[in-house]
Amino acid sequence: MKHILAVLVENQPGVLTRISALFSRRGYNIISIAAGETEKAGITRITLVVDEDSETLEQVIKQLHKLVNVIKISDITNDPLIERELCLIKVYAPPSVKSEIIQIVDIFRAKIVDAGTETLVIEVTGDQDKLEGILQLLTPYGIKELVRTGQIALVRGNKTVQYVEEE
Amino acid sequence: MRTGAQIVLEALKRVGVDTVFGYPGGAVLPLYDALYDCEIRHILTRHEQGAVHAADGYARATGKVGVCIATSGPGATNLVTGIANAYMDSVPLLAITGQVATNLLGTDAFQEADITGITLPITKHSYLVKKVEDLPRIMLEAFHIASTGRPGPVLIDLPKDVQVNSTEADFPEKLHLPGYKPNYHGHPRQIQLAAEALAEAQKPVIMAGGGVAISGAQQELLELVELIKVPVVTTLMGLGVLPGDHSLNLGMVGMHGTVAANYAVSECDLLLAVGARFDDRVTGDITHFAPKAKIIHIDIDPAEIGKNVRVDIPIVGDAKSVLRALINKLEPLQDKKEWKEQVKDWQEKYPLNYKQDDKLRPQFVVEEICRLTQGEAIITTEVGQNQMWAAQYFRCLRPRQLITSGGLGTMGYGFPAAIGAQAGCPDQVVFDIAGDGSIQMNIQELATAVNYRLPVKIAILNNGYLGMVRQWQELFFNRRYSSTTLQGNPDFVKLAEAYGTKGIRVKSKEEVEPAIKEALDFDGPVILDFLVEPEENVFPMVPAGAGLHQVIRGEEE
Ligand SMILES: Cc1ncc(C[n+]2csc(CCOP(=O)(O)OP(=O)(O)O)c2C)c(N)n1
Ligand SMILES: [Mg+2]
Repeated sequence: MKHILAVLVENQPGVLTRISALFSRRGYNIISIAAGETEKAGITRITLVVDEDSETLEQVIKQLHKLVNVIKISDITNDPLIERELCLIKVYAPPSVKSEIIQIVDIFRAKIVDAGTETLVIEVTGDQDKLEGILQLLTPYGIKELVRTGQIALVRGNKTVQYVEEE
Repeated sequence: MRTGAQIVLEALKRVGVDTVFGYPGGAVLPLYDALYDCEIRHILTRHEQGAVHAADGYARATGKVGVCIATSGPGATNLVTGIANAYMDSVPLLAITGQVATNLLGTDAFQEADITGITLPITKHSYLVKKVEDLPRIMLEAFHIASTGRPGPVLIDLPKDVQVNSTEADFPEKLHLPGYKPNYHGHPRQIQLAAEALAEAQKPVIMAGGGVAISGAQQELLELVELIKVPVVTTLMGLGVLPGDHSLNLGMVGMHGTVAANYAVSECDLLLAVGARFDDRVTGDITHFAPKAKIIHIDIDPAEIGKNVRVDIPIVGDAKSVLRALINKLEPLQDKKEWKEQVKDWQEKYPLNYKQDDKLRPQFVVEEICRLTQGEAIITTEVGQNQMWAAQYFRCLRPRQLITSGGLGTMGYGFPAAIGAQAGCPDQVVFDIAGDGSIQMNIQELATAVNYRLPVKIAILNNGYLGMVRQWQELFFNRRYSSTTLQGNPDFVKLAEAYGTKGIRVKSKEEVEPAIKEALDFDGPVILDFLVEPEENVFPMVPAGAGLHQVIRGEEE
């Protein structure tokens, strides 16, 4: 099953290496990993999407906790979430199909960010359903290149995943 | 202003380190220069692997952090086996490696090796120090991390310029490690559940592991055992946490454990595991491990709980603290009569045994070493049959007495570990129970033992084989002894003499006692070369893939 983990880490050299090495060494299945700075200086937030049953997930979380630079891990899978991923798609678009593609882009409220003589580059942001949806419709035209950022997620409402310094 | 090298040594002094083990080279020249007139004792080994195992043996024998130093590149990579060894057995170790100067990092410079990368999966934590200003903090953090919670090796990679550069930066008063907070005290509700389960059980067993020794919980274990009269099995790492002669101690569990211990775990209705991690050498086929038991697992490392076996009552905490809390929740219990008799019956029917004749058998040698040292000696072992005979026939009386490579099974560990143990415990007798194969993996350390007058005794159970591998070939590969015959072994007596110390050859049973006495009387390292029965096997044995209940008792069956 797919789980979304919000992981707060100290922004120290090698911390991402430690996490990815842990996943490969113990054979955990990772779908995506996205990292970036947070509201707090020195703290990086990593959104990990893993595909594991709940027993293995428990091990994943415990093993992550053993890393000295990992501060906090929240499994937010079952929280109400705002999920986003950004995706750039270079699609084969000769003049004959260009307008069809532009229609698809409009339906998904995506953006055309570059055009070549035979290609369009589309930028789309959204949750997994939306990305899968547009990719499915574009595939028949020929996707020449695809790059995705990996999923990020934030819990809706007042609940936060934050590092609160203890005394 | 202090240089990086001075900061390292000051930090060591601050945390009470008086002995370090190491080997110099280009990238640690500044550090060695500072050591030159420092009161910290530096023991120069003859190989970096010797240094790291010695630091490990020192740590296990004393409970303090073991420290080793090596240069960059080949010096650092020579530490790798020893670091992995310490990691597997949760040994507090600080490895300091030299590194090429920061401006050369990443250029494949002379003797550059990415040692933090290489050791990533075998260290508890590691640092590559890029600025001397960070060094005071890193030194204290490293010590703290190595020695607290579940201990383990920490590596500090120290570029040459960082050793030379100076800073005003001082040691921090307080460490700031927001992601590192070991949990020492068990959850009261879980402890209550465990107490209830123990009170109700009809066939309880305690399985005590190395964590009990690390935590210093032997007193608590003894009190608990006597309060509720539960039989105890110990893992290899747990030998000695309950005295070997205690009536409720069934001995070692697992592949070469006693029949009684293996049957007891297979039949029990409650298993209290404390400071043990259910290694496959302990559990045998996991699907048949303690099949009838409710399992309580006490461990300071939450990740060990539920990793290999399903656990009914998990308790995360330090063994000492949790056992004490458990005792406080329990009333004295009577012996469970039937269970007690059942266990006793197994013990009497299937004791550890070997053929009693006039041949020189390795088990006899171990028993004699135990007897002639009043069971008090610190024993280190190599790996193979020698290790298992030491575990079976040397009755440990206290924790930290048997020092052995459990998790990694590193041949060549025992002798340097004995040197480290002797350096840390100068008033104790230290014996390395060795195999003729293993001892040759770090034999160069004889020079270290002689040089520093560390009177370690090496008892080689010389069977002319890589015995444990030969045993498997005999039992499971149709006696095809592929590359396990040790042709070309040296004359170990002459070897000892070549290093300027004593060697004694023992060919018969009668010579054993006088030889051990002579070794004990000699003020210096001694090699005892026991020419034992070449094809003796280690029994009992749980064959690979079998359950503990399928333990084979041996040739006399
Ligand atoms: C470094 C290392 N290499 C190989 C092995 C595999 N191995 C385990 S036991 C053993 C034989 C050990 O022979 P010896 O030291 O003579 O001990 P014996 O079993 O004969 O008592 C070997 C090769 C190991 N454990 N460690
Ligand atoms: Mg041998």
